Amino acid sequence: MQPTQFQQYQGKVAFKRATSEPAWVRWGLIGLALAFLGLFLLIPLAAVFTEALRKGWGVYLAAITEADALSAMKLTLIASFISVPLNLVFGVAAAWAITRFDFKGKSFLITLIDLPFAVSPVIAGLIFVLIFGLQGWFGEWLIDHDFKVVFAVPGIVLATIFVTFPFVARELIPLMQAQGKEEEEAALVLGASGWKMLWHVTLPNVKWGLIYGVILTNARAMGEFGAVSVVSGHIRGLTNTMPLHVEILYNEYNYAAAFAVASLLTLLALVTLVLKTYVEWQASRDAANIEKEVTA
Amino acid sequence: MASQKKKHLLPGFGLSLGVTLVYLSLIVLIPLAAVFLRTTELSWHEFWAVVTTPRVVATYKLTFGASFLAAVINLVFGLLTAWVLVRYQFFGKKVLDALVDLPFALPTAVAGIALTAIYAPNGWLGQWLEPYGIKVAFTPLGVVVALTFIGLPFVVRTVQPVLEDFSAEAEEAAASLGANRWQTFYKIILPAIWPALLTGFSLAFARAVGEYGSVIFIAGNMPMISEITPLMIITKLEQYDYAGATAIAVVMLVISFVLLLLINLLQWWSNHRHGNK
Repeated sequence: MQPTQFQQYQGKVAFKRATSEPAWVRWGLIGLALAFLGLFLLIPLAAVFTEALRKGWGVYLAAITEADALSAMKLTLIASFISVPLNLVFGVAAAWAITRFDFKGKSFLITLIDLPFAVSPVIAGLIFVLIFGLQGWFGEWLIDHDFKVVFAVPGIVLATIFVTFPFVARELIPLMQAQGKEEEEAALVLGASGWKMLWHVTLPNVKWGLIYGVILTNARAMGEFGAVSVVSGHIRGLTNTMPLHVEILYNEYNYAAAFAVASLLTLLALVTLVLKTYVEWQASRDAANIEKEVTA
Repeated sequence: MASQKKKHLLPGFGLSLGVTLVYLSLIVLIPLAAVFLRTTELSWHEFWAVVTTPRVVATYKLTFGASFLAAVINLVFGLLTAWVLVRYQFFGKKVLDALVDLPFALPTAVAGIALTAIYAPNGWLGQWLEPYGIKVAFTPLGVVVALTFIGLPFVVRTVQPVLEDFSAEAEEAAASLGANRWQTFYKIILPAIWPALLTGFSLAFARAVGEYGSVIFIAGNMPMISEITPLMIITKLEQYDYAGATAIAVVMLVISFVLLLLINLLQWWSNHRHGNK
């Protein structure tokens, strides 16, 4: 027997009820999520800029162009310029070894690469103090050779490298795993050298993952606080990075200046998010194009 | 023939694995080993005495308690956020989706001073809570707020892809068998996203346990009340008590490693279930 129109209608209503939520629940959930994100993301974001400009643009500009602030910016850039390329080369090498070859202990190696994420930043700083500090393993040797690591720039760079260690490798490993090695094998069979294959096949294929890894590494490198704080010694104009400079100003109750420098770091974070969104969009567009080519 | 060992066609195995192992050892493994070797300078008795002084024990309680609470908050609201971002359409959704990663990108010190400014007794939110006797800044509650901020993206980002992949057929089947919406969610959707939820929860918890920058500004750092364990390590270092700092670091490291192991197991379980679907 055919169901009547009313029965069909009833069925549709029941079905819709069971596969989607009523409007009031929907809007309630959206409202709750918006309240949560507003409270924890938007308000802090707004607070940084409001506090930074509380005493006007003059104070703001003075705070970010003052000599100590400029030298903190310089040191932050140095730390990032050294740690990003090193971790980039490491990330490509690690992803190549892990995704293209089979060997014993591979999953253990992946866990070891993740290790710096599991370690508190404070401990990341402590380990370098234990090795290179005055009471450390190489402490006396370093004094004899008049070379400072802890409470100096090399220590800051080392701590930064440690905390940003896994980012590029973590982005590349799943990506290269998914892509497989057929294209690279084809390049070799057609006579390309190993480096040529890396440069013309492997790297272009993982371009977006690589860029994304670099963006994350850079953001963390410029923003790291705990690890750098332990090894820096907080010497103004010498071993202060931007986040440490923010802390010093804040502890001196110089709030407007502290938030002014903090606002630059916040802008950096926002740029990072915009780049990240752009890279994800490009990557999904590339993937869609490839799919189209394949089906055409 | 089939059992003949397959030679690597692709080049660079020795070089890439060599670079990986050397760099990993120099930057991560040897320095971390230093912490464990340095603690051997203490006798077991001394070590135990350092890591169980009442002030240090109070920091464990705060660190793990606040981290757990923050992770629970993120479990609930992270699921809610992921759900809303995947299932509903509303104005500004794309921007909010991108902003979820803000706690990853924002330097922790900036997060710390911003949250302190908001929740201080004269701050935007603090001034409204003050008359009710609710103090957030400079109390353990402030620590929970900072750790919630830090852990916010983890649950959202682990649950989101699983929800996106979740097939509509399963929900439709449940509906056609007479389940109401709540039953479908509770019996069909929740079990499917449970491993991802747990993974996100443990990632947020692990991150919170080690967090330093965002907490020290809002915590007030009063001994026995609002001191976290990473701060204890710094305090010991500033007193040149390297052995004490190292001992506490070892306790934290061991706990972190156990957490990492647990997370890897969870992720394996999650992938396993996901793959078998």
